[in-house]
Amino acid sequence: MKLDIQKHDLVPVHEILSEKEKEEFIENLEYDEENLPKILLRDPVVKEIGAKEGDILRITRESKTAGMFVTYRLVVDRDSD
Amino acid sequence: MREDGIIKKIKQINFGLMSPEQIRKLSVVKIQTPDTYDEDGYPIENGLMDPHLGVIDPSLKCRTCGYRGGDCEGHFGSIDLARPVIHVGFGDVIHKILRSTCNDCGRILLDDVEIEEFKQKIDFCKEHDENINDIIKEVYNAAKKNVCPHCGAEQEDIKIDKPTTITQGDYKLTASEVREKLERITDSDAYVLGVNPEVARPEWMVLTVLPVPPVTVRPSITLDTGERSEDDLTHKLVDILRINQRLIENMEAGAPQLIVEDLWELLQYHVTTYFDNEASGVPPARHRSGRPLKTLAQRLKGKEGRFRSNLSGKRVNFSARTVISPDPNISINEVGVPEMIAKEVTVPTYVNEWNIDEMKEYINNGPNVHPGANYVIRLDGRKIRVYDETKEKILEQLKPGFIVERHLHDGDMVLFNRQPSLHRMSMMAHEVKVLPYKTFRLNLCVCPPYNADFDGDEMNMHIIQTDEARAEAKSIMRVQEHILSPRYGGPIIGAIHDHISGGYLFTRKESVYSEEDAFQLIRKSHLKMPKRKHKDWTGKELFSLLLPDDLNMSYRANICRHCEDGCLKQDCKNEAYVVIKNGELISGIIDENAYGSGSGKILDRIAKEYGPSAAREFLDRSTDMAIAGIMKIGITTSLNDEEIPEEAQERISEHLLKAEKDVDELVDTYNEGYLAPLPGRSLEETLEMRIVQVLGEARDKAGAITEKYFGNVKDESLVSCHNKFDMSNHSVVMAKTGARASMLNLTQIAACVGQQAIRGGRINRGYKDRVLPHFRKKELGAKAKGFVYSSYKSGLDPIEFYFHAMGGREGLVDTAIRTAQSGYMQRRLVNALEDLKVNSKGLVTDNCGMVIQTIFGEDGVDPAKSDHGKVVDLEKVISEMRVNSNSKKSAKKEPYHLTYDYGKSNPKENPIFKWVNGEMYKQNKGKTEKVEE
Repeated sequence: MKLDIQKHDLVPVHEILSEKEKEEFIENLEYDEENLPKILLRDPVVKEIGAKEGDILRITRESKTAGMFVTYRLVVDRDSD
Repeated sequence: MREDGIIKKIKQINFGLMSPEQIRKLSVVKIQTPDTYDEDGYPIENGLMDPHLGVIDPSLKCRTCGYRGGDCEGHFGSIDLARPVIHVGFGDVIHKILRSTCNDCGRILLDDVEIEEFKQKIDFCKEHDENINDIIKEVYNAAKKNVCPHCGAEQEDIKIDKPTTITQGDYKLTASEVREKLERITDSDAYVLGVNPEVARPEWMVLTVLPVPPVTVRPSITLDTGERSEDDLTHKLVDILRINQRLIENMEAGAPQLIVEDLWELLQYHVTTYFDNEASGVPPARHRSGRPLKTLAQRLKGKEGRFRSNLSGKRVNFSARTVISPDPNISINEVGVPEMIAKEVTVPTYVNEWNIDEMKEYINNGPNVHPGANYVIRLDGRKIRVYDETKEKILEQLKPGFIVERHLHDGDMVLFNRQPSLHRMSMMAHEVKVLPYKTFRLNLCVCPPYNADFDGDEMNMHIIQTDEARAEAKSIMRVQEHILSPRYGGPIIGAIHDHISGGYLFTRKESVYSEEDAFQLIRKSHLKMPKRKHKDWTGKELFSLLLPDDLNMSYRANICRHCEDGCLKQDCKNEAYVVIKNGELISGIIDENAYGSGSGKILDRIAKEYGPSAAREFLDRSTDMAIAGIMKIGITTSLNDEEIPEEAQERISEHLLKAEKDVDELVDTYNEGYLAPLPGRSLEETLEMRIVQVLGEARDKAGAITEKYFGNVKDESLVSCHNKFDMSNHSVVMAKTGARASMLNLTQIAACVGQQAIRGGRINRGYKDRVLPHFRKKELGAKAKGFVYSSYKSGLDPIEFYFHAMGGREGLVDTAIRTAQSGYMQRRLVNALEDLKVNSKGLVTDNCGMVIQTIFGEDGVDPAKSDHGKVVDLEKVISEMRVNSNSKKSAKKEPYHLTYDYGKSNPKENPIFKWVNGEMYKQNKGKTEKVEE
């Protein structure tokens, strides 16, 4: 039986930004895209949603301070960090 | 100080090994004699103190560079070792390299394909500035072959006996043999093994020549007796030279191989300990006194090493340290500085035409009269000390542009600090107030942020030297700016102890003062004198003088008993419900929840809505008033306060007896096997939990009974509350208001101390199956496991006393361990977080610009400015609105002021100047007019 990890309580919602969204997002960025927090290509969630290297994920998670918080991560391919 | 101001930027740092040629090239002199000075005290040529190595004494000239001591940086010498010696730091690397290369031909134990593969991997990493450690590890793993792929020779196992003994099979390799083997490795093989041939060769890890550091690195100390004491490094170098010399002599004399090898090993030992005297497997070299020598590695390593102690830690001038003592009469913003210190530490002040007369006065006073001056810096930068004899001459020269290093005087900004500096409130800026005697004086309200008390604590003061620093300190480091703590958005600086019990005693209903007394209180708290009303004043009216006119709030005081049958609110018999309407204290009393450190609600409101200056003024004035009030009423406590009537005593022992019986019953059911285990627990655990619960309840009940009887109320009129508490009992007053101690403390004194615990459970150690020999084995009763029936007042019996000491000791050990652990944890946290920064938009990045958080704390809230961490405190807003809607007259919107108007600029009187297109405009009373220059 395969477990859908995206349905797990502790896994926040990961979404891949569409080409248009990504363009818009990068345009409004006040810093370099490379400076975004990273997520590994071999991360289970990344594999699950089928993101590619260079994609940007929108992660919506519950936050103790802000209720809901949206953050973004850049998918990278690395052996280890 | 260097004036030329040449700035060089470091582009790159290369690390490599020093080749013997490099060491020799660097060397200005070959050291041969193991002696330092001759009988006349002159350094011996070719000795360890050879004048070519540099000089320390400013009266001598260096033989190499010609500079005098102090300017000469020192020059390296060298020792030619009679036989090669392995460098301790590289024993491991040498072993790994030898293991990965052929014993016979010296080629790397990889076939050509593998070599090329790894080479490309390393090249790739270097190009991309990535770490090659993992690849090198891979190489070492891959190069484990039994047969050499190049020459076909079988490989013998190479082992290392740390730190420097390397064996091949059963044969112990000498350092010379090791060096030969390393020499055979080709440059391209070395590259794959992690040794960059551009900066290092493997054989350089075996020393043939030893650099000798200049004397400036190892200065000798002349003792008062005239005796010379050499540095540890010099001692070690002497040892190396001696053995080296003996080795040479023996070899020349053709001594037997055995003796030469012994001496060689001794040389290896000395060189090893010269580098690292704490290498494992090597007994540390010792001084004659038995103290281990501090050699090269020890100079750099650890907390006392060069990095953490000298490079990361700096020592400063213009600082002072002394014992602290309390002074309730100075503001929280101030610090009392002893005159003695004020005359020693100085503030550099530029002379200008407006302050020249003042400066002249300081110089005229000289260095020994208080508002004086110690030094004057002339226009040419020369610094002249002010003496009584020379001050006339200095006064004549003095003109604008000079710098006068004048004494500290009232109003100067200084930094004040108490270690351990655990948070930013451990170092705050205070205003100086020069006072007699020899201790620093500080207001009691700033004890909590510094965690200071007066049992001998010392604190440090730093005098700010530049105007920028002064301005910055004044705007962000001042005490008043730290009243609200960023740890929990509430006040950390606030009233403590007597302020709180005083606040309670003088604001409760019974406190009524004649007008004379009231005015005395007002005067003592430095408030503006109100108009006479020819009536008595209540304490609440007096306290209302401190509150801003438009303050509206209500909250429950610390004395609130959380009545189960619903809160009576304003009609609370305990006066625990505080209502402030338009700056009038309508009902309730003032205690810890009003203006205490940590939970003061009024203080919190004033700090947030009226600003730090207003909060400081409120705190200074209200604590003055509370102290004046408590001095008028008087407060005292003794053991009589913990007296309870016989009747209470009987009820308590009844309860305890019942609890004991319950415990015995539980034990019986357990023994008979009828005890039902709780889910997820064993029978034993269940029993233990039940017993602890029963005993805990019993103690709580004893406490509750005691509380009821406290004070043994005889005079009903003294009782201010509808039941229970006698607030004429000052111990109870202190506990209930939050000034000091708790009701638990009081009931432990009066009724029953309760269960003693170790590791969160009943006491369970000592003899086999029992704690003390007074009990039967495996006894499970209350008394046998550390329940203390007695009270502190009645005294503990010997067994109880022993249990109590056990529990007490655990507390002590715990605190000691906790501080050490949390200290290290904090160090790691600080190191991880120290260079994160928040930009003006709330973006959190590290020093490379990598984003950590897109919005600080995910909600962008500054905890110091929030309501206890939340963005808004709805309850607070609502309760304020309630009071507002109840009040008939609307709030006066006048700026809050007590004695004077602080800070809040009045737009009517303060015109604003603006620059538009190069012209200046004045905005005043809503009108804008152009200003001609």
